[in-house]
Amino acid sequence: MHKEQDYDVIVIGAGHAGCEASLAAARLGLDTCIFTINIDTIAQLSCNPAIGGLAKGHLVREIDALGGEMAKVTDKSGIQFRMLNLSKGPAVWSLRAQADRVLYRLLMRQSLEGQKNLDIKQGMVERVIVEGGRVRGVIASHGVFYGAKVIIITTGTFLKGLMHIGLESFQAGRAGEFPSIGLSDCLKELGLKMGRLKTGTPPRIDSRTIDFSKTTPQWGDDPPQPFSYSTEKITNPQLPCYITYTNKKTHEIILKNLDRSPLYSGKIKGIGPRYCPSIEDKVVRFADKERHQVFLEPEGLETVEYYANGISTSLPYDVQVSMVRSIEGLEEAEIMRPAYAIEYDFVYPTQLRHSLEVKGIDGLFLAGQINGTSGYEEASAQGLLAGINAALKLKGREPLFLGREEAYIGVLIDDLVTKGTSEPYRMFTSRAEYRLLLRHDNADLRLMPKGYETGLVPEDAYERFIRKKSLLTNEIGRLKKIRVKPVPVVNEALISAGTSAITEDVALEKILKRPQIGYSFIKQVSPSPECLTPEIEALVEINVKYEGYIQKQMEMAEKLKKLEIRKIPHDFDFKSVPGLSREIIEKLCEVRPETIGQAGRIPGVTPAAVAILMVAVNKKVSKGQSVKGSKSMIL
Amino acid sequence: MNFLDDTIAAISTPPGEGGIGIVRCSGKDAITITDQFFFSPKGKKLGDAKSHTIIYGFIVDPKTGEKIDEVLVSIMRAPMTYTKEDVVEINCHGGMLPVRKTLQLCLKGGARLAEPGEFTKRAFLNGRIDLSQAEAVIDIIRAKTEQAEKLALQQLDGSLSAKITEFIDRAINICAHIEACIDFSEDEIDTMTKDEMAMSMQTLKDELMMLAQSYDHGRLFREGVSAAIVGKPNVGKSSLLNALLQKDRAIVTEMPGTTRDVIEDCLNINGLPLIIMDTAGIRETHDLAEMEGVKRSLKAIDSADIVLAVMDASRPFDEADKEVIERVKDKRAVIIINKSDIKSPDFTFSSPDFSPCPVVNVSALKGDGLDELKNAVYSLCISPCARCSPPRCSPEGVLITNIRHRLSIEKAAISLGIAIEDFEHDKPLEVIAISLMESLDSLGEIKGTVSTEDILNKIFSEFCIGK
Repeated sequence: MHKEQDYDVIVIGAGHAGCEASLAAARLGLDTCIFTINIDTIAQLSCNPAIGGLAKGHLVREIDALGGEMAKVTDKSGIQFRMLNLSKGPAVWSLRAQADRVLYRLLMRQSLEGQKNLDIKQGMVERVIVEGGRVRGVIASHGVFYGAKVIIITTGTFLKGLMHIGLESFQAGRAGEFPSIGLSDCLKELGLKMGRLKTGTPPRIDSRTIDFSKTTPQWGDDPPQPFSYSTEKITNPQLPCYITYTNKKTHEIILKNLDRSPLYSGKIKGIGPRYCPSIEDKVVRFADKERHQVFLEPEGLETVEYYANGISTSLPYDVQVSMVRSIEGLEEAEIMRPAYAIEYDFVYPTQLRHSLEVKGIDGLFLAGQINGTSGYEEASAQGLLAGINAALKLKGREPLFLGREEAYIGVLIDDLVTKGTSEPYRMFTSRAEYRLLLRHDNADLRLMPKGYETGLVPEDAYERFIRKKSLLTNEIGRLKKIRVKPVPVVNEALISAGTSAITEDVALEKILKRPQIGYSFIKQVSPSPECLTPEIEALVEINVKYEGYIQKQMEMAEKLKKLEIRKIPHDFDFKSVPGLSREIIEKLCEVRPETIGQAGRIPGVTPAAVAILMVAVNKKVSKGQSVKGSKSMIL
Repeated sequence: MNFLDDTIAAISTPPGEGGIGIVRCSGKDAITITDQFFFSPKGKKLGDAKSHTIIYGFIVDPKTGEKIDEVLVSIMRAPMTYTKEDVVEINCHGGMLPVRKTLQLCLKGGARLAEPGEFTKRAFLNGRIDLSQAEAVIDIIRAKTEQAEKLALQQLDGSLSAKITEFIDRAINICAHIEACIDFSEDEIDTMTKDEMAMSMQTLKDELMMLAQSYDHGRLFREGVSAAIVGKPNVGKSSLLNALLQKDRAIVTEMPGTTRDVIEDCLNINGLPLIIMDTAGIRETHDLAEMEGVKRSLKAIDSADIVLAVMDASRPFDEADKEVIERVKDKRAVIIINKSDIKSPDFTFSSPDFSPCPVVNVSALKGDGLDELKNAVYSLCISPCARCSPPRCSPEGVLITNIRHRLSIEKAAISLGIAIEDFEHDKPLEVIAISLMESLDSLGEIKGTVSTEDILNKIFSEFCIGK
């Protein structure tokens, strides 16, 4: 066997998880190599050309605050930006962008290529070599061995990928790309439990054959707001999306051809995402719905290709054509690429620690779709954490752990490693217990200090952050201190804003708490001595208005944290705990929770079991400590 | 989930026994909580009391001013206590009512009802108990949990269980609509209108409150039903008591008039605590002590909720029996034909026309007919009765009898109330969702946790999601 080279970190797969993982590891000073089956598809947006959206936009912000790349590349390649949920409260506002698919991948490739310590290699990794419970390296195409101290696998849908178009199926990682067969078998040999999932995409249409006059354009925000805290301005020209609808005829075509859908013939065994059903699923399950939305999304500035979001399908090509042409505005449409469904292997993520390292295989990390998630943002977030934790491990530092009260990334990883998943996992804001704390506007306040401490947030970005933070705290302090007098000017303004007049001196903060009052009112009555950006003004308003709720959630989170610091030793023998039922022992052995808090979140583990576990763990920990002669006091 | 920084309270003495009942409260607020409803005649505050002292005073409901009991309160400050936390023990007079009311005041004052075995668990986790005892702690937690679960399960009968499930489903449905509005605002979905949401929250809250109040109506279940065993001497009243309790509580002899005082004990019939009083036989007597006993028996008949009138089938039916029946004619009673296995031909009792009392044949000695007797007593207690006011049952006949259930339902209703208020004040949906989720968590305490996954399931089954 030819031995080529030794690396600190090898990343397998250059999708969204792989890119973040390799960049993070290299930036933290580790000798890193990323393998991809095809260098031309680095950071391919293989599904819809959009980044962010509800809860996902939060993830992108968090990635940015920790020093990741996704937000920056999206800002540079974005051709439409829209803040969603503006009619709701600020905690659930979320940014979504349409990206130029080609630009996105080129810009990300540029970031990779411009990164010190990072080699990029085209090649298929066939095997991961593990000796004595720790990774040694990989065997890539042509039997070449590369040594590695840490390996991060980010292979997306490529493990035993099987594409379906109608009843035809063929092995592929993505449309037109090779699947990875050997690696999946290798992981199974290493003892990992694996399952199978399914996802799908809609057809892509030639815009020269779309009659846009029959559709409704949907423009983005003007001016567009960027994802990254370091982006000053979005410079790309902005494009609209177009909305049209399926109709009775479309549904008839689908229903008539159901027997030719691999989903309905039973050919597809993998479990698909319920939040992203195929059009045939929608039509069958919601038979009384007369129409379904179709978003026609531009694939980029330099192409005529449009993505028909909403009609993902596994129906055969001829049905796709007649189905598409039954839709208003698409009567003459030409399909450029057909829709397809894809099945792939994934690893049950309860086999991972919160650091995303596989339990029992030292140095093997998994991130992205291989862990049962779906979505670019979910993948990037895991990739970033895996890259950071791989680096921290090699530096002998503690892994970066994000709590559920700290970040959507924390919720994502904790859900995966604690509850596992049986369908492609996507983030929703409702998955977070502390939604008011995890806002898109405060991602930097929550996470940038951690990103800086880790070493990924550069000095200048951190300084900007510190300045912003002090402006924010000063202004909130000022609003608490300054009181306005019940003079006619103020009262007239209050009344014209639709609220009641004041009769005595009232703190500005109190006034801002009134539902009818926004920060603009404060600016008018008592402007800040500092020059505040609209971003900071918004933050001030949110913090003042929701102070009570935020406080309440923080207290709750603080309580839960107390269970989170009660660690369960890695080698703890759950079977030896008397008084636990067999089912509960099985669950505990499967997940091997790292803390008492995590144990309590495993489905089926009862509060009584947690109490018993707490006593048993305490006994074990106390024993361990008393050997060293120190008295135990865990509280 | 339980934490170690809150204050817990529970009744520490077993129900139905003993002359005193103790409510124990442990945690950093134990003393301030008790001070809210403890009044010493000298105006002494518990907060000023020295550690490990006992203070005399009264428990008074601070809201109604009602004096609940005369008590002795032990103050034990951390760390020299059982749990190594501040501990207050309130020694009430026996009888379930004052003890339970005192506990309720602790809970209203901010304490949480202790989990099974939690005092011991805290003692261990706070380092009070030696390591070798860890296993014993686990056994206590387990045993008490199993016991509590069994009890709660017993009390969560079919109709209540179905009701709670229905409430949970309705709460999940409201949550699903709100969460769908938030998480899938880009999808075209038909969620409830704001008015519909407000309306469904309000009706759910009202119904929850009503169910919570049924606990108060279920006085009999909570405080127990007092039942007096009466009959002429030596018909086997004490044997019946022992047979029902399955232990030798009363002294049984062949000699008439052995029982001279009223003996009380507690029996649980399908969750209904029955406080049985064995009385002296009613007959003409010249023995002074026995005379006093008879007097007390007659008083017991008056004060008891129900009467178990015992006849001896092995002897002729006589005037004394008739007198017993006469005395219970205005009471709710079960007529018990004891020693029915050795029935005498002269026992010519036939059910009296004036009373629809159920008649049960038993043999206390052999244990025959006891289940029938229990069933008869239970039906008698829960059957509607014109005299019973307020009505014991909620409109649909669903009744809560377990304090944990009541607390959870009440908490759920309160959270819903906050959600409704926020709704009226046009607070954003994600703020309303917090209280709604709390409400679901509280309901989940009764029938198992409701997870976000349950809400997502509802969303995906209800709405067509996904571009």
